[in-house]
Amino acid sequence: MNLEDIDKRILNIIQTGFPITHAPYTEIGEKVGVDEDEAFNRVKAMFDGGVIRRIGGSFDSRGLGWTSTLCALKVPSDKIEEAAKVVSRYANVTHNYERNHEYNLWFTVIAPDTDEVDRILKEIHRDSGFGPVRNMPLIKKFKIKVDFQFKEKKEATA
Amino acid sequence: MKKEIKASDVAIMKELQGHLPMVKNPFAAIAEKLGIAEDEVINKTREYGEKKYYRRFGATLRHHKAGFTANGMGIWSVPKEEERAPMGELLSNRPEVSHAYERPSFPDWPYHLFTMIHGESEEEVLKIAKGMSEETGITEYDVLFSTREFKKSSMRYFDAWPLPDNEQ
Repeated sequence: MNLEDIDKRILNIIQTGFPITHAPYTEIGEKVGVDEDEAFNRVKAMFDGGVIRRIGGSFDSRGLGWTSTLCALKVPSDKIEEAAKVVSRYANVTHNYERNHEYNLWFTVIAPDTDEVDRILKEIHRDSGFGPVRNMPLIKKFKIKVDFQFKEKKEATA
Repeated sequence: MKKEIKASDVAIMKELQGHLPMVKNPFAAIAEKLGIAEDEVINKTREYGEKKYYRRFGATLRHHKAGFTANGMGIWSVPKEEERAPMGELLSNRPEVSHAYERPSFPDWPYHLFTMIHGESEEEVLKIAKGMSEETGITEYDVLFSTREFKKSSMRYFDAWPLPDNEQ
């Protein structure tokens, strides 16, 4: 999907903070110089076109008192799809990737407490036949920034 | 410990953890669905942000479709414990780095710092990592690329949130 500069400006705004107001698209439009209809239609087109995955709250495991961890598993490459299926069936697993390393299956686990994490990791070990799962909980967070600010091209036309 | 949250708040957050209704007045649509006032949805939504229940309220993009096509997990070995915090800060200064964390190391895993690095291609990500290595002096590092995505979703905390006994 081709994004125009005005779309990029809208994305820069709504990634950082979607207005929590009665008429959010009016507010977005005011910031980029278009009316409510155009702001809404552009956001809807980017959602329908797949550029926007979702608009909502990015809830924080720690803010809610939950725990999250990054895990890795060594799996023979011809068994990785089966192992990935075992891992992905948990709602607690939000990200699950194959990566180019001896530890080749990487996934996150979010749970109310570490006992629940341990229980899930033991089950994955048992049901996949691989492991034990390498558990790498957070020690310190330096940065988390999930919005990507777009640079606008120099306006060719005014 | 998991926070005690009232059933009425769980009901609202259940609507906020996914995608807002794609209409001009999304909070009014949620209010109608839940049978409460729009102002209550708006005020509560702001309150959850103040309480840090969510980090951010806004759009999440599909990076591939938005033109950010490559990302790599940079892993960095910093054996001296006292150097990890300053190195972590230094690595996270880069605008191309979205996440930077310290995690435990193991005998077969000598890495302590993790950074997600984004670029337009894998070559660019590797070049950024090389620059980060030169800037920090960390020579033992690697960049892991995802070769397959099996799952990518947002955690749905509120689908099965246990309520206090008197509210069930």
